[in-house]
Amino acid sequence: MLSVYQIYLLPVYSVYCGSTISPSQIPLYTKCIMRLKVILIFYSLQDRTLILKDIKSRDLESTEFGKHCSNSLFTNPCLFLPCTLFVQMVQEGSTLLRRMEISVAEAEKRTGKNTVNMQEIFTVYLIETRSIDAITEGHNPAPDSLWRRYSEFEILRNYLLVTYPFIVVPPLPEKRAEFVWHKLSADNMDPDFVERRRVGLENFLLRVASHSVLSNDKILYHFLTEADSRIKALSATFKVKNPDKRFTEMKHYSDELQSLTSQLLRVRARVADRLYGVYKVHGNYGRVFSEWSALEKEMGDGLQSAGHHMDAYAASVDDILEEEEHYADQLKEYLFYAEALRAVCRKHELTQYELETASSDLIFKKQQREELATGMVRTFSFKGMTNKLFGQETPEQREAKLSLLEEQIVQGEETVTEKTVACEEYVKGAWVDMQRFKEQKDRDLREALIGYAIMQISMCKKGIQVWTNAKECFHKM
Amino acid sequence: MSRTIDAVVSPTQTNTIPADISGQMLDLDEDDDLEVFSKDSTLAEGSMFNASMQTSPGSMVNQCKFEEDDEGDSKDIFITVDNPESHVTAIETFITYRVLTKTTRSEFDNSEYEVRRRYQDFLWLKGKLEEAHSTLIVHPLPEKFVVKGMVERFNGDFIETRRKALHKFLNRIADHPILSCSEDFKVFLSAQAWELTTYKKQGPGFLSRMGETVRAVANSVRGVKNRPEEFNAIQEYVEDFSNKISSLDKVTQRIVKEQKEYLEELKEYGPTYTLWSGSEEELAEQLKGVAGCIERCCKETEEQVGHLSDTLVPVLHEYVLCAETLKAVLRRRDNIQAEFEAKNEALATKKVDRDAELSDLGFVWGSLLGKNPEEARHQRQERLDGEIEELKEEIDKLEDRVEWANNALKGDWGRWQRSMRGDLKSAFLSTAEKNVDYYEKCLAVWETFLLSQRTEPSEETDRDNTP
Repeated sequence: MLSVYQIYLLPVYSVYCGSTISPSQIPLYTKCIMRLKVILIFYSLQDRTLILKDIKSRDLESTEFGKHCSNSLFTNPCLFLPCTLFVQMVQEGSTLLRRMEISVAEAEKRTGKNTVNMQEIFTVYLIETRSIDAITEGHNPAPDSLWRRYSEFEILRNYLLVTYPFIVVPPLPEKRAEFVWHKLSADNMDPDFVERRRVGLENFLLRVASHSVLSNDKILYHFLTEADSRIKALSATFKVKNPDKRFTEMKHYSDELQSLTSQLLRVRARVADRLYGVYKVHGNYGRVFSEWSALEKEMGDGLQSAGHHMDAYAASVDDILEEEEHYADQLKEYLFYAEALRAVCRKHELTQYELETASSDLIFKKQQREELATGMVRTFSFKGMTNKLFGQETPEQREAKLSLLEEQIVQGEETVTEKTVACEEYVKGAWVDMQRFKEQKDRDLREALIGYAIMQISMCKKGIQVWTNAKECFHKM
Repeated sequence: MSRTIDAVVSPTQTNTIPADISGQMLDLDEDDDLEVFSKDSTLAEGSMFNASMQTSPGSMVNQCKFEEDDEGDSKDIFITVDNPESHVTAIETFITYRVLTKTTRSEFDNSEYEVRRRYQDFLWLKGKLEEAHSTLIVHPLPEKFVVKGMVERFNGDFIETRRKALHKFLNRIADHPILSCSEDFKVFLSAQAWELTTYKKQGPGFLSRMGETVRAVANSVRGVKNRPEEFNAIQEYVEDFSNKISSLDKVTQRIVKEQKEYLEELKEYGPTYTLWSGSEEELAEQLKGVAGCIERCCKETEEQVGHLSDTLVPVLHEYVLCAETLKAVLRRRDNIQAEFEAKNEALATKKVDRDAELSDLGFVWGSLLGKNPEEARHQRQERLDGEIEELKEEIDKLEDRVEWANNALKGDWGRWQRSMRGDLKSAFLSTAEKNVDYYEKCLAVWETFLLSQRTEPSEETDRDNTP
């Protein structure tokens, strides 16, 4: 058996567990990552030797470093992560990037009409690609470019998530400036935020394009090179053909729940911040009243005690906001719940998708059998062509093929049955739990809202008390 | 002292006291005090205040009724400032305000007057009143320019704020027992525009006003030597008060700013609940309920901020300006005293001169003129005696002036303090009341919501069972 190497590609802060490869593929990978300043770590699964490879040197050699860390690498490769000695993804990645340079060069504001026909402003990002071959040959062609907006990146990622469920798909940068606790850039149009997003999107593309599996995807290639709206159609077509409508709706709802609760939390945080400011400034009254009372004869007492109440008022906001944090936590719980809900819906889509794939596979095989049996060519196929060109097969060959097909069909039918059952059971179970979740959510959030009202009432009562007291003091002035 | 004053206020004169004093103060160095005196009396012709005002100004001031407390009963003059209008001429654009006066005072010919005045006219009036009563506390005018905040003079808010302040200004004058008797005040309220212009041109000319300024500056440079202790105390108080009131002004403005920013955020908060309710079924009601509560609280907050801006902020600001006025008044009092002290010193010097031996220079002079030394000396001494006598008279007058100024200030000081206490107390009270009201209204909003939640019977049992 050939030595098998496991590749760890270490770009900035994460690990890609690449597939296992044979030694012959090593040169391929090496070539791919020409421009990356990362070090490949190969370790042989068989003899547990560690090979570190510096891209530039191209030679396989073990290094001192490897000997140091080999143990920890074997036991837990992830421990290797913080080691920034190696890690410097300066330029692009690999695989697809062996063929082209990719960058997200610019960002621009656009206006347009959205789905409900309202004017909106959004940002688009310029994706530039250039063929590496052209560059290395000494030409310097202008890059091809096209504009895409954030939502299109999202569609691409969702597609990748479903199509490659076994791959840890790189994340996208924040959709919105999330949970901003102070005035800085809560705004999606803020130039800093846009810039950070641009970098994030570029990072996303580079990671995807450097991934051994993902980078070969045709849709990805289209995304980078064809400036059409096929990506939008993608969001409709890549999916499952017949998902349970209830699950589709639930998935929609989970998206909405997530965005709504996060927006609510954001605004609430800003309101709390401002309220804090109002209360605390009143503390200054306390100080000045106190100083002033020293000057006055008649007014002195009244002012002094009023000052104390102002201090109390200013201090009261700490408890008020502390309590409100509990309310915020209750909301946050459901913000995170939304993710879980979505996962359940997606899993349904996956099982359904597998079922549909298995079904269509079966249908195809049955068609093939029919063709073979009857000799009729139903659909155009390459095989058909070659047959015509190069002659038919012998009856023995046909027999062999037929029996293989029969086997496969039987298997396929089993698979389809299995998957159908799996799907149905999943739907049943999931639906029950989603109903339970819904009831729980309604209960909990209702409690939370009532709790919020109670908090507001308490805050008002405190306010009434403080200012009534202050009023008494002012009377004495 | 009082002897001289009585001479001034002889029963035959029908002029108002303030006019007397103004005559005295302006033209001190002229020998024709009495003439100037009578000149003023013609101006003040027909205006009669109170026959009982025939005592020393000091006691007069004390005698005046400081009846702020029962103002409602004794108020005999009502003034309003309203209706700002823009006037455009070739040279400039300006705003005039309508000044409406209703009065039963006998010194006014009519019982009602309606005139239009511009800011400059108010400035003129203030100047005249301060000239005439340099140690009385004249309520401040709104500022000429606002440094930060509003830039335009013709911005609506600015005009309204100014209008209110001008209204207060005139009413304060009207309430002041001495100032409201001022002829200038009367003319301000009653004269038509062209009459006012003519009137303004009369009175002490530019040069004499210049003279006063120069003297004032000279005196302030010299400084006062023996300020009475009570005025020291007042001075200190005014310094401290000025600091405190400025701080309060700043704090209050900051509160308004923070409150406004809070309101801005709050306005966005309610809609997020409404938005969410669109995605929910069971929860939709509650979410909309909460959104509604927040919106109503928004309205209350807006009202509360408005109240703060309309009630507390202007009053604090007024008293910041008052503090400056007080400082000026104290300075003027000091100047009066300084002048007196200066003259005293001059007298002392002259006396020394007179008692000194005949100087060589005098001897030389005398011999140049062909006089014999004895005669020369005698002449000189006579001359000096005469000057000393004059000086003494002047000093007496100045002394009276000082006393009168001090008494006026003392009297008005008490009045001002009461005013200040009253104004600030009521402003803070009003603010506290409004805040209580605000919280009570918000409380009601949320309690109503809570009530609506609790009355759903099916949920009652559920809630009791949930952990």
